[in-house]
Amino acid sequence: MSNNQKKELTPVQQEYQKLQKKRETKRPVLNNCLKAFLVGGIICVIGQAIQYFYIFFFDFTEQTTGNPTAGTMIFLAMLLTGFGVYDRIAQFGGAGSAVPLTGFGNAVISAAIEHRTEGFVLGVGGNMFKLAGSVILFGVFSAFIVAMIKTILTQWGGL
Amino acid sequence: MLAGHRTWVFEQKPVIVSTGTVGGPFEADGMLADDFDLLHGDLWLAQDSYEAAHQVLFEEACQKAMEKGGIQKDHVQFILAGDLINQITPTSFACRTLGSPYLGLFGACSTSMEGLALGAYIVNTKGAKYLLTGASSHNAAVEKQFRYPTEYGGQKPPTAQWTVTGAGAALLSGEGSGPRVTSATIGRVVDMGLTDPFNMGGAMAPAAVDTIEAHFTDRKLDPSYYDLIVTGDLGKIGREVSLDLFKKHGTAVQEEQFQDCGLMIYRKGQPVLSGASGAGCSATVVYGHLLNRMRNGELKRMLVVATGALLSPLSFQQGETIPCIAHAVSIEYGEGDMA
Repeated sequence: MSNNQKKELTPVQQEYQKLQKKRETKRPVLNNCLKAFLVGGIICVIGQAIQYFYIFFFDFTEQTTGNPTAGTMIFLAMLLTGFGVYDRIAQFGGAGSAVPLTGFGNAVISAAIEHRTEGFVLGVGGNMFKLAGSVILFGVFSAFIVAMIKTILTQWGGL
Repeated sequence: MLAGHRTWVFEQKPVIVSTGTVGGPFEADGMLADDFDLLHGDLWLAQDSYEAAHQVLFEEACQKAMEKGGIQKDHVQFILAGDLINQITPTSFACRTLGSPYLGLFGACSTSMEGLALGAYIVNTKGAKYLLTGASSHNAAVEKQFRYPTEYGGQKPPTAQWTVTGAGAALLSGEGSGPRVTSATIGRVVDMGLTDPFNMGGAMAPAAVDTIEAHFTDRKLDPSYYDLIVTGDLGKIGREVSLDLFKKHGTAVQEEQFQDCGLMIYRKGQPVLSGASGAGCSATVVYGHLLNRMRNGELKRMLVVATGALLSPLSFQQGETIPCIAHAVSIEYGEGDMA
């Protein structure tokens, strides 16, 4: 529908949009990429440190340390979201704080906090995955497709 | 009365007897903190939800306006007000507390001037002795409805604007002394086909320009008549685009006389990107700061053009464009009007 509408723009609308575009502040893409690299990198370094922490101080191996590390990172993201800090980091870091696991945690937790006023069932329960729901759906779906391809290749492709 | 196609000239010149403005913590940190009657340190305002806090904002603004005007709430004939939340519940709930006959308005962020224009019309025709009009918005309640959860870490583009937490109300009357409402131009819905809800200024600028130019044509006035032409919440981008359009159309609006409420309320360094927005933006800046400047004699004639983007979260998800509107009201304060 939106594509149809774009085609149907009147000449006046097109002319205005051209004029408007000139004044529109552009997203500083290169700068944003550098910041995202920095913030994302720092988050991953922290994650790595936590991983080593579990390996050296507890009875975890490199294979089994994934779960407690992820849990700890999400817990930290939850604290930062609750204290109102994570959204500020995100305005600076952009994709750097959105792509790692903490960003996913933030999406779930912020929605849960936001809809607390509508009660636990309809509010928190019903809205918690408002943002993260599509990530889960398409994540699981694409994993399924990849698994299918792999199965076909290994079963009949002789790989 | 009717001048030209869509302008009302008010012969009785209804008086803005008093005003009440209430702001939140972010506004208290801004440029115009001294012009608010009441500032809150906490977004919750001791309520259980942001929506309830939103309601309290408007109640307090009305109470302040009545208190300053020396009027009891029984003497207020009508309240004309609105906000941005679904079914304008904060305003309606606030009017449940106030108890006066009430007309709910929705003009998105242009509600403040929609209310003032209609209010002045009613007072001008002696439809009311005292009337309250106003608008309000609450940053967290509005963000929750239109965007993402408040604490969600989504990066906003530099074109985005910051919703004001605040409410402004004005007490209008046919008698008394104070700044007077002299005319109003009602806006058309203008849609230039923009779809980005993070660039409201760019979408609203053509509506503002359309209404301002209609005002001058209808009233046969030159832009130099006004000391100040102030828009509601065009922000940095919207203001620049409007100036471009005036230049293109040959309308003699000067850069210095053309200001925006969204660029006045916060100071540099506050993370508001392109400026402020929200129904409470024009209401608090006009009813607070700008009317104070008028009373101090700094401004004699001003044209307030509140701009609104008439979208809903549903409409932009369905790929609809953003229709916009702007209503203009002229407020004048000469030597004869001073108490």
